[in-house]
Amino acid sequence: MKTKDNFSAEHLLYLKKRKRDDLTVAAARISLAVGFLALWELLFQVGAIDGFIFSSPSRIAKSLVNLAKTGELFMHAGITLFETLSGFVIATAAGTLAALALWWNEKLRKILDPYIVVLNSLPKIALGPVIIIWFGSGLKSIVVMTVLITVIVTTITMLGGFTATDGNKIFLLRSLGAGKMQILTKLVIPSALPTFISMLKINVGLSWIGSIMGEYLVSRAGIGYLIVYGGQVFKLDLVYAATLVLCLLATGMYALVSLTEKLTVGKK
Amino acid sequence: MNTLLTLDKVGLVYHSPSGETQAIKDMSFEVNEGEFTAVIGPSGCGKSTLLSVIAGLIRPSEGSVKIREREGGGSGELGYMLQRDELFPWRTIRKNVVLPLEIKRRKTRVNVEYALSLLEKYGLKEFTDHYPDQLSGGMRQRVALIRTLAAKPELLLLDEPFSALDYQTRLSVCEDVFRIIRKENKTALLVTHDVSEAVSVADRVLLLSPRPAKIRKEYLLDFGRDTTPLKRRNDPRFRDWFELMWRDLNYENKR
Repeated sequence: MKTKDNFSAEHLLYLKKRKRDDLTVAAARISLAVGFLALWELLFQVGAIDGFIFSSPSRIAKSLVNLAKTGELFMHAGITLFETLSGFVIATAAGTLAALALWWNEKLRKILDPYIVVLNSLPKIALGPVIIIWFGSGLKSIVVMTVLITVIVTTITMLGGFTATDGNKIFLLRSLGAGKMQILTKLVIPSALPTFISMLKINVGLSWIGSIMGEYLVSRAGIGYLIVYGGQVFKLDLVYAATLVLCLLATGMYALVSLTEKLTVGKK
Repeated sequence: MNTLLTLDKVGLVYHSPSGETQAIKDMSFEVNEGEFTAVIGPSGCGKSTLLSVIAGLIRPSEGSVKIREREGGGSGELGYMLQRDELFPWRTIRKNVVLPLEIKRRKTRVNVEYALSLLEKYGLKEFTDHYPDQLSGGMRQRVALIRTLAAKPELLLLDEPFSALDYQTRLSVCEDVFRIIRKENKTALLVTHDVSEAVSVADRVLLLSPRPAKIRKEYLLDFGRDTTPLKRRNDPRFRDWFELMWRDLNYENKR
């Protein structure tokens, strides 16, 4: 392999082309966003669209600044983030443990299989009234809703990962005299790590659905509450501003999971 | 010579919802210490099942399997080598090789050093800290053999260990595996459907019948202990043995 100092002219050309391609993509991305916002603002300024219904980037920005000044923004974002993260952590842990139990006990797996199918098919939002009656109209209900939406999918995904363990490798360990616990810790868990990571990514999306849906149902605070409230009093600036914050938070959480993936799976 | 493995009238019946199948019937043979025995037979005759019975992973329905004088077979003294290397991709070569020591809870400094010394002895030292996907198929299968040897098994069970390799690699890995087994003075039982492979490595070949598997014939090969597979393939006797077994095998198939 040639090093940096003695690349051929052809290779330098190739590198230059690659760099140019990367720049083109980045430029196109940025101009897409800027162009969209500029067009939106322009249409609003000349009166082509109704600011009351469609709002505009400048009105959204103003609304965000106001929310930030009063500190409301951070309060609402904090509450929703707390609900989402608690739901995410509880559901991930509970679902993974349930999947482990089902992997360990094949009979239990057979018995519970139809119940898992039914629970998975059920739209969890239908349980809303029951959850409110059981857990009250507050944060607790929202976390429960988040957990319910996330936990079944977690269980099914992780059980799939555990049972997909290479049968020949299990055979090899058994031939060495390994017990079930050793098979679990030395083989099943490490080989399910990629499944675990992709499950985390799915769970980021699901837990945001859970917390926002929960806030739609019961809350007095949070991003979902801001969106519902804004819609009810026709403050659409607020609706758009809250949605934007939601986008940023959810993307940030996804990015954190991707980083975890790089640190674990990438390293092997 | 001491007898290492004794099968006495072993029989195995499989049960499934659709019925029962006699997989092995009335099988008796012995393997002596230091001997390289190959078992050939038509495909689906239960060769791999036989190894599982010897390894104690499947209990025979009848008869007994003894290693030395211990009843029932057992995993402690056996090393299994499979078609694929089955190295764990998230472990380095070093950690793959010491896996049997971890499982058997014998991961002492001396044992680890022994395993690593095998890597060094057979030219794999520089790959100690590599991951399996950085090695070629042939090297991976050599690592798999060293992993098998790490726990110092008395008996090696080889279940078609070369069949997943391409022809060139198969010849050279077979050569290496033979040398390593001879050099470490191990007893080995190889199961294969490849007659030429059996002739090229074994001291003795057992021919199985179609299911239920039974021993039909026994061939004592006369190449001498230290004639390696490649040398044997060039030996005029190789063709004679090959043809004899080939004919017997196909005769069995047709019946």
